[in-house]
Amino acid sequence: MVNIVVELSKYVMILAIAIYVFDCFAIFGYEDEYTKKSILRRQNILMFLIHFVAFLDMFLQTEEKKMLGFYGMQVFLFLAILILYRLIYPKVSRLIVNNMCMLLCIGFIIITRLSYSLAVKQFIIATGALMLSLLLPIIMRKVKVLSEWKKFYAIAGVILLAVVVVGGQVTGGALLAIKIGGVAVQPSELVKIIFVFFVASSLKEDKSFKNIVITTAIAAAHVLILVVSKDLGAALIIFAVYLVMLYVATGQARWVFLGLGAGSVAAVIAYKLFNHVRVRVLAWKDPFAIYQSGGQQLAQSLMAIGTGGWFGMGLLQGAADKIPVSESDYIFAAIAEEMGLIFAICLILICVSVYIMFLNISMQLRDNFYKLVALGLGTCYIFQVFLNIGGVTKFIPSTGVTLPLVSYGGSSVLSTVIMFAIIQGLYILREDEEEDIERKKAKQARVGRSGSRISQSSEREGTGKRKGRASQGTGRRRTSDGRRMPQGERYSEKSEKQRRTGKA
Amino acid sequence: MFVTLFIIMTGYLVYFNVFESKDVVNSVYNVRQDLLAERVVRGKILDRNGNILAETVTVEDGTETREYPYGSLFAHTVGYSVKGKAGIESIQNFNLLTSNAFFVEKLMNEFQDQKNIGDTVVTTLDVDLQTAASNAIGDNKGAAVVMEVSTGKILAMVSKPSYDANTVAENWETLINDTDSALYNRATQGQYTPGSVFKIVTTLAYMRQNPDYVAFQHDCSGEITEDGVTIHCYNSSVHGQENLGDAVANSCNTAFSEIGLYLDIGKWKDTAEDLLFNEKLKCDLASNMSKFSLEEGADTGEIMMTAIGQGKTMVSPYHMALITSAIANGGTLMKPYLVDEITNYKGTIVKEYMPEKYTTLMTSEEASILKGYMEGVISYGTGTSLNGQSYTVAGKTGTAEVSMDKNVVHSWFMGFSNVDNPDIVVSVVVENADTSSVTGTSVAKQIFNAYYN
Repeated sequence: MVNIVVELSKYVMILAIAIYVFDCFAIFGYEDEYTKKSILRRQNILMFLIHFVAFLDMFLQTEEKKMLGFYGMQVFLFLAILILYRLIYPKVSRLIVNNMCMLLCIGFIIITRLSYSLAVKQFIIATGALMLSLLLPIIMRKVKVLSEWKKFYAIAGVILLAVVVVGGQVTGGALLAIKIGGVAVQPSELVKIIFVFFVASSLKEDKSFKNIVITTAIAAAHVLILVVSKDLGAALIIFAVYLVMLYVATGQARWVFLGLGAGSVAAVIAYKLFNHVRVRVLAWKDPFAIYQSGGQQLAQSLMAIGTGGWFGMGLLQGAADKIPVSESDYIFAAIAEEMGLIFAICLILICVSVYIMFLNISMQLRDNFYKLVALGLGTCYIFQVFLNIGGVTKFIPSTGVTLPLVSYGGSSVLSTVIMFAIIQGLYILREDEEEDIERKKAKQARVGRSGSRISQSSEREGTGKRKGRASQGTGRRRTSDGRRMPQGERYSEKSEKQRRTGKA
Repeated sequence: MFVTLFIIMTGYLVYFNVFESKDVVNSVYNVRQDLLAERVVRGKILDRNGNILAETVTVEDGTETREYPYGSLFAHTVGYSVKGKAGIESIQNFNLLTSNAFFVEKLMNEFQDQKNIGDTVVTTLDVDLQTAASNAIGDNKGAAVVMEVSTGKILAMVSKPSYDANTVAENWETLINDTDSALYNRATQGQYTPGSVFKIVTTLAYMRQNPDYVAFQHDCSGEITEDGVTIHCYNSSVHGQENLGDAVANSCNTAFSEIGLYLDIGKWKDTAEDLLFNEKLKCDLASNMSKFSLEEGADTGEIMMTAIGQGKTMVSPYHMALITSAIANGGTLMKPYLVDEITNYKGTIVKEYMPEKYTTLMTSEEASILKGYMEGVISYGTGTSLNGQSYTVAGKTGTAEVSMDKNVVHSWFMGFSNVDNPDIVVSVVVENADTSSVTGTSVAKQIFNAYYN
C-alpha cells in the first residue's frame, strides 16, 4: 500500500511542479491584476501540495514522528514568509517570493530525505536569513548613499577573500571557509554580492578608460585571490558577472571579447598549473575511466540521473545518499534520481524564471546604479545555477558550486536570500519611482487647469490603470470637465513628454 | 544569452536520458541495480536462436532461483549472478532488472504488489557452435573464440575447464581455490605463448620494412645457428628453397629466425602495436592485454625466438581472433560484441546493438597478401587437414613449446572460412595437447563443420 502511495505521489509532484512552472511563464501573458493574483495563489497551493505529498511519502516510509513536527514548522515558515512579505511590502514581486519559497521547499524536501539533521540545520539558517531579508528592502529604501561606497566595497571584498587564504580550512581541495565561533563561514558567497555593488557603483557614471582599467584591476584581484584559494567556481562567477556588467555599462562588445580572451588564457594556465583542475577535466571527459581517482562523484551523479529516468525512483526509493556530497553540490542529481528528470527540468525552468524576473526588474529601473546591481545579481545567480547543474550533468567540467537555495549550505542560503531581498528592494524602489511620477503628474494636473491636453492625458492614466491618489484627483476633474479621452497615439506621445517634465 | 545556454543544457539532459543513460546505469559501479531486484524479476538471457541460457524461476512461496539450462557450457560468457556477478549477468545487470513491459501491466502489478518481469537479453551466442567447440576441446584445457567477420558478433566462446553456473554459490570455496582456475576465462584472459601463429605478425612487420618482400628467398636446411643459438624446424623438417608465402605455409622456423634478424626492432614493435599488442582490448568481458616486449639490443637468441612466436610474447585467443578477423575483412576490424538486442519479456525490441568498426589494423593490400599466405597453409602447408571440405579455409597453425619437454605443447589454430567472402573467424588454443588426438586445427575443423552443416 505504501508502495502505491509512493508511486502515485511521484506523479502528483511532477504534475504539480509542471503546472507551477507553466504559471511562472504564463503570468507574463496577463495584464489583468485579478487573474495574476489567482495564478500566484495557485502557485502557493501547488507548492504546499508538493511539500505535503513529499513529507507524507517520507513519513509513511520512515514512520518517524519527528518528520511531522518538522513538516509543521516548515509550513509555518513558508506561511509566515508569504504573509509577512505581503504585509510589510504590499508592492513586493510575489512571483519572486513564490519562487524563492519553492526552491527552498524543494531543498528542504530532498535534504530531509538525505539527512534529517542537516535539514534541521538548513531550516534554522534559512529561517534566520529570511527574517533578516525582511528588513533589507526597508534599508534599501532609506539608505540612499549605497552607490557612493565604491571604495568600501572594493576593500571589503578583497579583505574578506584574503582572510580565507590566510586562515581558511581546506574542503575538497579548496580553501573555502573560515571558522568563526565554531561555525564555518564561506566568505566568497557574500563577496559575490559586495562585488556586484562595487562594480555597479564604479561604472554607474564614470566610463572613462582610466576608470575601466582600475575597476578591471580590482576585479582581477578578486578572481586571482579566489584562484589561489582554489575556489574556481566563485572565480568563474565573479569573472562572468564582471564581463556582463562591463558590457552593459559601457555598451562595448570589445571589452567582452578582450575579457573572454584573457579568461581563456587564464583557463589554460590554470589547467597546466593545478592538479585538481586537470582531475576535474579528466573526470568530465570520462568519469568512469578514472572512477577511483576523481571520477566517482560525477559517475555516481550520472548513474543517479540515468537510473531515475523521467519519473524518478520515488523519494527514499533510490540510492541518492550514495552520491558523494549529494546534499550540497550534487543535490540536482539526488532530485533527478528520486523525483525524476521532468521534475528536475522544471526546477531548472524555475531558476530561469527567477532570472528573467531579475532581468525584467533591471530593465525597468532608471537609476544606473540600481540597474547594474539588479543585472549583476541576476547574472551571478543564473551563472551559478548553470555551473552547478552543468557540472553535475557532465555538460561542463564541475566547478564545485552550490545550487542556490536548494543545496545545503548556510553561507550559500544566506547570501542567496540576501540577493533575492535586494532585488525585492529594487523592485519596490521601482514601484516607488513610478508612484512618484504618478504623484507629480497628478499634482501638475490639478495645478495646470489651463493646459487641457495634459489634464486629459492624466485623466486617462488615472481612470484606466492607476488607483490611489492620482485617480482621486483626476476623477474629480472628470466630473467638472466632462470631456472624453483623446486617441491612444496622441496620448502616449503626450504622456512621454509629460514624464520627462515630471522628472525634471 | 543565459536562457539559450539553459535551453541547450536542457536539451542535453533529454539527450542524455534518451540515448546515453542506458550505458551509464549499466556500470558495475551502480549500486542502484540491487535496489531494482526488489521490484523486478530478473529477465532471461537467450542465445541468438531463442534458446534459454539463463532464467529466473519463481516458486509458489516467492523464492527465486536463477537457472542455467546448459550448466557449464556458457559459464564464462553468460556468467553468474551470485557472489558478485560475472559475464553477461554482470554487464547487462541493469537491463535484466528493468522492465519495459506494457505500462498498464506494470501499473497493475504495482497495485497488486507483484514484481514486474525484467527485460530479456538476446545474445549473439549460438548453442550449436558453442556445443561443437566445447565437445571438440573435450577434457583438455584450452579456449576457443568464434566470431562473425562482417559484424563482430561473437558466436561462441569456450574456456575449459568450466564450472556449473547453477552451483556457483555452493561451490564457491572450491572454485576460488581451484588450481585449474576454472573461473578464469581463458579465451579473453588467458596469456599464452603464441608459437607459430605469431609468424603472421612477423610476416607483416617484414612486409612493411621490405617493400620487395616478394623477392624473399630462404633455403631451409632444417636448422639455423646464429651466435651459438640453434633453432630447428618443427619435427626436424627440411623445407628447402622457399619464398615468403612458402615460409608461412610451412611454418618454417629457420626462415622466420632469419627474418627476425633482418628486422628493425623498433618498427617491429610498432607493427605489433598496430595490431593491438600492449594495449587494453575492447571487450565486453574481463580481458588481459597481449604483450610484445622485445626491446632494441635484445640478444640474437631472443630475437629469433620472438620471430617464431616463442620468446616473451604473450597473447589471448580473443586477440588472435581479432587479428584474423581484420585480415579476413580487408584490414578493418569490427568491434566484437556479445549482446544483440534487449527486448521486453514478450519480445518487443527495446534496444538493438549495431555492428561498429573497432579500428583498421592494416591496409587492404596487406590483408589480401596475408590472406593468400594463409590459404597456402591450408592448401599445401601445415593445415592441409582442412583442405577439400565443402567450405574453404585460410588460417595459420601453431605449436607453442612451453617447457623443456618438447612433447608438452600448446596447439593453436587461427583462421577463417569461406575465403572469398569470409563468414566466421575461429581462434583456438589447446593446452598441453596430445597432438595425436586433438590439435587447434582439429577443434577448428569441428567448429567449421558445425557451422556449415
